[in-house]
Amino acid sequence: MAGTQNNAAAAAKSTQQGFVYLPLIAGWLVPGAGHFLVRKWGRGALLGLSILSMFILGIAMQGKVYAHAGDILDMLGLAGDLGNGLLYIVGRALGLGADSVQVTTADYGTRFIVVAGLLNVIAAVDAHNLRTGRKPS
Amino acid sequence: MFSPSHFTAVVLFALFASVVFGITMRETPARMVRYGAYCFVLFVGSAIVLSWAMYFIAR
Repeated sequence: MAGTQNNAAAAAKSTQQGFVYLPLIAGWLVPGAGHFLVRKWGRGALLGLSILSMFILGIAMQGKVYAHAGDILDMLGLAGDLGNGLLYIVGRALGLGADSVQVTTADYGTRFIVVAGLLNVIAAVDAHNLRTGRKPS
Repeated sequence: MFSPSHFTAVVLFALFASVVFGITMRETPARMVRYGAYCFVLFVGSAIVLSWAMYFIAR
């Protein structure tokens, strides 16, 4: 009984060692990287593939990449886009996406890009929870 | 430029969102797959139901 408690305490302590926010930050910057850091290779690959695919499809549909927050909707869109981390920065640097929505598919594309960012934030928080031990496995 | 139909866009959206939901919201692989499939069916199913509802409302 005491041995089991010691093992559990040791496991809990080992999950707290080091910089516990690293998977969160890495996961935000590069989709799936947070899970790779906690050695969840399959999950990281699936998350990265899904989020990257959504972002690329959004760009391919000529979705709008929010650059500034003029009104409340732009502000929400920008917050969602920022969740893409480096993808957003690279997208802005390369001038990807459209400046304004002109066709129906571009409207879908805009949503794809925003939702990719929001899903990336969820994935990064999940990696952080795995790292801290809040999520067991 | 990629121009999917409405339904293709819904299916793609549902697929990617369901994968992320399944992995992040459940703990074991079997439960992840089940929850991901559940989310996918709900996404696509609700889109179909709402589409038919709007079709009849518009008539």
